[in-house]
Amino acid sequence: MPLGLILKKSSCRRAEGKYLQPMSTTISPVAYDAKIEGNVIFTKVDAAINWMRSNSLWPMPMGLACCAIELMAASSARFDISRFGAEVMRFSPRQADVMIVAGTVTYKMALVVKRIWDQMPEPKWCIAMGACASSGGMYRSYAVLQGIDRLIPVDVYISGCPPRPEALLDGLMKLQNKIMGEQALADQKRELFESI
Amino acid sequence: MTISEQLSTAFPSAVLKTHSFRDETTITIQAASLRDICFHLKEKSAFNYLIDISSVDHFGEEPRFEVVYELYSMAHGIHLRLKTTVSEDACEIATVSDLWPTADWHEREAYDMMGIRFLKHPDLRRILMWEGYPFHPLRKDFPLEGKHSEMPGVAFSEPAPLAGGPFVTVPTDGTTQVREPRARHAGDLTRLEKTSSEP
Repeated sequence: MPLGLILKKSSCRRAEGKYLQPMSTTISPVAYDAKIEGNVIFTKVDAAINWMRSNSLWPMPMGLACCAIELMAASSARFDISRFGAEVMRFSPRQADVMIVAGTVTYKMALVVKRIWDQMPEPKWCIAMGACASSGGMYRSYAVLQGIDRLIPVDVYISGCPPRPEALLDGLMKLQNKIMGEQALADQKRELFESI
Repeated sequence: MTISEQLSTAFPSAVLKTHSFRDETTITIQAASLRDICFHLKEKSAFNYLIDISSVDHFGEEPRFEVVYELYSMAHGIHLRLKTTVSEDACEIATVSDLWPTADWHEREAYDMMGIRFLKHPDLRRILMWEGYPFHPLRKDFPLEGKHSEMPGVAFSEPAPLAGGPFVTVPTDGTTQVREPRARHAGDLTRLEKTSSEP
């Protein structure tokens, strides 16, 4: 985390998906101070917030069926989801950023999934992992919810039955790209944003 | 003296039929005497283990439902199957959950899926579907894809898109191509009714 961030109203409108820029490239010499050089980075607030959020996603592992086994494999040594900053599986929804719905959502369980989703603090994202969570999969039956997107908004769908851990990692990277394009400040701190 | 002979002498009017096949004894009894017989079996014949309670829907026949109790005696190593029938109009039978506590959840499942009420059950709630769901999904006249239901603020259900399915396998000695699952319409009850009208 850099020590100082320069807030600019115009720059908050749209995150351009760029990472933190070193001051030497774009900033005028006025801002130069040898004492704090190296500790200050100029960037856009959205870019900084999105960068921090997307590289530290704490998943809520909603493992409901065999997809959960692949989810476990993704966090183990061979695939190592921590390379993408998402290794901190939180079993408390209060501490989670992204819910990975891995498996068949029965109507009975759907009530619980919705409740846990509601308990997660904003900002939050959802990955529907596998065919069942995305669309009901092969379970065309009275007992199964035909896709978790009927209850909660889904950001990334992952195909497969079950998807391999690589597919989950790819979905996670897709979600990171999506987060990098969000207007974090404008969306979530609208009042603060307008008062600046 | 086998267990079926014991029961027949103890309850001559309640035991309707006994049947034995490969060391498995099945006894069909009258529903009114279910509790007496179960008490006798547990206390006198040491059938201390209730393996399962299941229910069968003989759709189109009367009485429509059949409740099956699988018992086992740890002491003697004997397996026993009790069968009794429940009519669609009454749709209720006595509970055995005070004799075998495990019957509690088995009976809740039978109530949830088949709609058979168990009298004097301590906690007869649905166990798989949610409270307030209006149907009993394992009945033969309930479509596989489900039905629409709505409980505002609690739950909803919608029919699943079957897309020509369900994909079912029919017993046949044909080739793999013939045997593989094919789409048959779930709501098609004509075949069912045809077989049920036969004597």
